[in-house]
Amino acid sequence: MSKKIATREAYGEALQQLGRENPDVVALDADLAKSTKTFDFGKIFPERFFDMGVAEQNMLGTAAGLATAGKIPFCSSFAVFASGRAFEQVRNSVAYSALNVKIGASHAGITVGEDGGSHQSVEDIALMRVLPNMTVFVPADAVETAGAVRAAAAINGPVYIRLGRAGVPVLHGADFQFAPGKAVVLREGLDATIIATGIMVAAALEAADYLAVKGIKAGVLDIHTIKPLDIEAITKVARETGALVTAEEHSIIGGLGGAVAEALAENCPVPMKRVGIMDKFGVSGTPDELLEKYGLTPGSIAKAVEEVVTKKR
Amino acid sequence: MGEIELLKGKAKEIRKNIIKMLGEAGSGHPGGSLSAADIVTVLYYHELRLDPGRPDWPDRDRFVLSKGHAAPVLYAALAGRGFFPEAELMTLRKLDSRLQGHPDMRKVPGVEMSTGSLGQGLSAANGMALAGRLDKRNYRVYALLGDGELDEGMVWEAAMASAHYKLDNLTAFVDHNGLQIDGPITEVMSPEPVSDKWRAFGWHVLDIDGHDIKQIIDALDEAKTVKGKPTMIVAKTVKGKGVSFMENQVGWHGVAPKPGEVEKALAELDAD
Ligand SMILES: Cc1ncc(C[n+]2csc(CCOP(=O)(O)OP(=O)(O)O)c2C)c(N)n1
Ligand SMILES: [Mg+2]
Repeated sequence: MSKKIATREAYGEALQQLGRENPDVVALDADLAKSTKTFDFGKIFPERFFDMGVAEQNMLGTAAGLATAGKIPFCSSFAVFASGRAFEQVRNSVAYSALNVKIGASHAGITVGEDGGSHQSVEDIALMRVLPNMTVFVPADAVETAGAVRAAAAINGPVYIRLGRAGVPVLHGADFQFAPGKAVVLREGLDATIIATGIMVAAALEAADYLAVKGIKAGVLDIHTIKPLDIEAITKVARETGALVTAEEHSIIGGLGGAVAEALAENCPVPMKRVGIMDKFGVSGTPDELLEKYGLTPGSIAKAVEEVVTKKR
Repeated sequence: MGEIELLKGKAKEIRKNIIKMLGEAGSGHPGGSLSAADIVTVLYYHELRLDPGRPDWPDRDRFVLSKGHAAPVLYAALAGRGFFPEAELMTLRKLDSRLQGHPDMRKVPGVEMSTGSLGQGLSAANGMALAGRLDKRNYRVYALLGDGELDEGMVWEAAMASAHYKLDNLTAFVDHNGLQIDGPITEVMSPEPVSDKWRAFGWHVLDIDGHDIKQIIDALDEAKTVKGKPTMIVAKTVKGKGVSFMENQVGWHGVAPKPGEVEKALAELDAD
């Protein structure tokens, strides 16, 4: 786990690759191309790149129009603005008609860091997941990101890809196959399972290592696709290990934790705890300081697992 | 009969269908459908390059009804052009009908963009125009906006972008009927001076009488000669045009005529 790559970096590269393979792929940005990493796509394919200025609503609406004419537009901005400022455009111009628009939303979560709470999206998974026709990917590393971009282009319909600013460890080998909607069992468990998404997958693996030393066998299930959710895999680990902890860099309301709780309540209720942002906005700080402050660490995941294990019948 | 007379006849048929379908539906928006009837008639019976048998024809011209609440005028024109049977108009707003209260591109052949949420149509039209340029297709893109709709900030984001990207394959209209829901536009939230604003945003702007068929045709012709700029046709119109008791009445924005009112309106339109 030595090399760290931000998922937004991997997104930028995957988009270029896609652009080379498919002339219908176009990219739009809202004056953040250097941050969202669509800039190089624009350099390589200037006629297929549209900077829309600081106007996210118009970016999504324009993408909808491009999609009606057979283009595969990838729109990028910070997650706060792509999902929030343009929410109703995503709803009515894109998702309502199931148009083939992709949203590559970078700088999601608190690891945006110093820019502070105004720029740290803790609600975007909830906003995007509630929309009919929408697929939601939250890749954990560079390899999953490349897979998610490729999968998004292959899906005929709207896709939201949640990306981060900060470097994260590469978890998968080059042979990893990204299968949309399929959870990845990273570790088999006996006593409990940690269900994690995005940057919290790496933290979940660390937590499982730590718990193993203490004699608790925790599985790790990597959910790179929040929607459609792999309910089968979640129900299976719930049944087999009898206790769950979810971990996400997002509000505990409406994101992965919310989705898993909904699925569990209907299919296989077991003791569960949600590790995530406790219904709060973010603040300025370094990404590591913020992960500590908001309890998004291997330590807090391990603690939650220990608690939830004691509740098992 | 000359073309203008023919188009006048078509506009009358469209107005009558608007009244009939709204009467049958029992709800919907007559005022803004009637004010746009002459513009939409000229588009569908004179201007747009369409093949009703092939609604997905890649080289077709596109029309985006950004003021989606005027769906009846669009449905009447599409049915008139044979995109779907005219009898279906009477299913407007009913359960399981393709004719949703606001246009749904996934349901109705010929509808280019799902609209209804005001402010979004011009952006979609921009996207279509950009795609046409990328694909080196010579189709043109048209859009129709309400004057109250101009209150939406997104319209001006799109206005800036159409000019920035020099979309001379795009022609838009403002249906300048002077009314929105809560009252006259100048009292609720004035977008005036409308023409100057579009000009300042870098558009070629034409001011016309939106009920004069000849002026609509001439403006569309001029738009096609303009290079490097999109054209905005600011069409002065009368909300509820053609039905005396609806004309210029803010109350007829979103209320359907009752059976007696339907009869009266149809009689008036026939007498005209
Ligand atoms: C985003 C949005 N807000 C509010 C409405 C409700 N609404 C429907 S029509 C209308 C007034 C529109 O006025 P105008 O654009 O002048 O339409 P017209 O006079 O041509 O009917 C409003 C506020 C809507 N459809 N979309
Ligand atoms: Mg009006």
